[in-house]
Amino acid sequence: MKFFEDVVVGERFEVGRHTFTTDNIKAFARRFDPQLFHLDEAAAARSHFGALCASGWHTAAVWMRLMVEHQRREDDARRARGEPVAVLGPSPGFRELKWLKPVYIGDTITYSTEVIETRASSSRPGWGLMTIRNTGVNQKGEPVISFISVAFVERRKRAA
Amino acid sequence: MMVFAAEFDPQPMHLDEVAARATMMGGLCASGWYVCSILMRMIADAFVLDSSSMGAPGVDEVKWLLPVRPDDEIRLRATVADVRASNSRPDMGFVKFNFELFNAAGQRVMTLTTSLMMGRRDPKSVAP
Repeated sequence: MKFFEDVVVGERFEVGRHTFTTDNIKAFARRFDPQLFHLDEAAAARSHFGALCASGWHTAAVWMRLMVEHQRREDDARRARGEPVAVLGPSPGFRELKWLKPVYIGDTITYSTEVIETRASSSRPGWGLMTIRNTGVNQKGEPVISFISVAFVERRKRAA
Repeated sequence: MMVFAAEFDPQPMHLDEVAARATMMGGLCASGWYVCSILMRMIADAFVLDSSSMGAPGVDEVKWLLPVRPDDEIRLRATVADVRASNSRPDMGFVKFNFELFNAAGQRVMTLTTSLMMGRRDPKSVAP
């Protein structure tokens, strides 16, 4: 992660992409969201979704995975350039999560993130808070997920 | 906890006991997305699978208030905050829930607010 001072409101980057398969949709649903439209093709065809689709929590969790991998790639590149790497801290939560369209078998979702606000943490001096808008778009260009999350980012240490 | 983290949230605070101690979380803790997914499973088992659920259009807000640690036993309280008919679809309505997760010490570890779409008992009887 870059340091909090270097995070710029308006910056936008592609986080990564993921193709949802029948097996991984059903494996997630069996563990966490065993509603029939996530597990059974025939029942899903009769539901208002019209076909088997991924749990919305699965679509969100994949964003997290891709975000961690994206940050890891960025950090490796910083180290290779001899630059310091800041810590991306935990998140106090998120809001306005919208599952805009179902994610069907074989859909490839491309996730992007945009920084929409930064502010210093009042309770934790070494940290800032970054607010980001995260979106996922399917291969037809249709948005399928959107949410606004917050994360702690390490601040650059002040020179003594 | 760690199986989920390895697949969806492979950060040290969720996977590595030693490295987790040096993080803001002060020790190993569950991914917030895992806690959300577990909440989904709890409500599926408690009532969603036995309801006319049609899924949810989203989640208004989630607050991760305290870390969930290995072996924590969590308890879920659901409060119905609002019930309203859909303007566009006479066969369904929205039920807004405030969910609160507590650990064994009675501390609130997460809150989640969402509206579930539910089928109506007899859509034909509902005036458009």
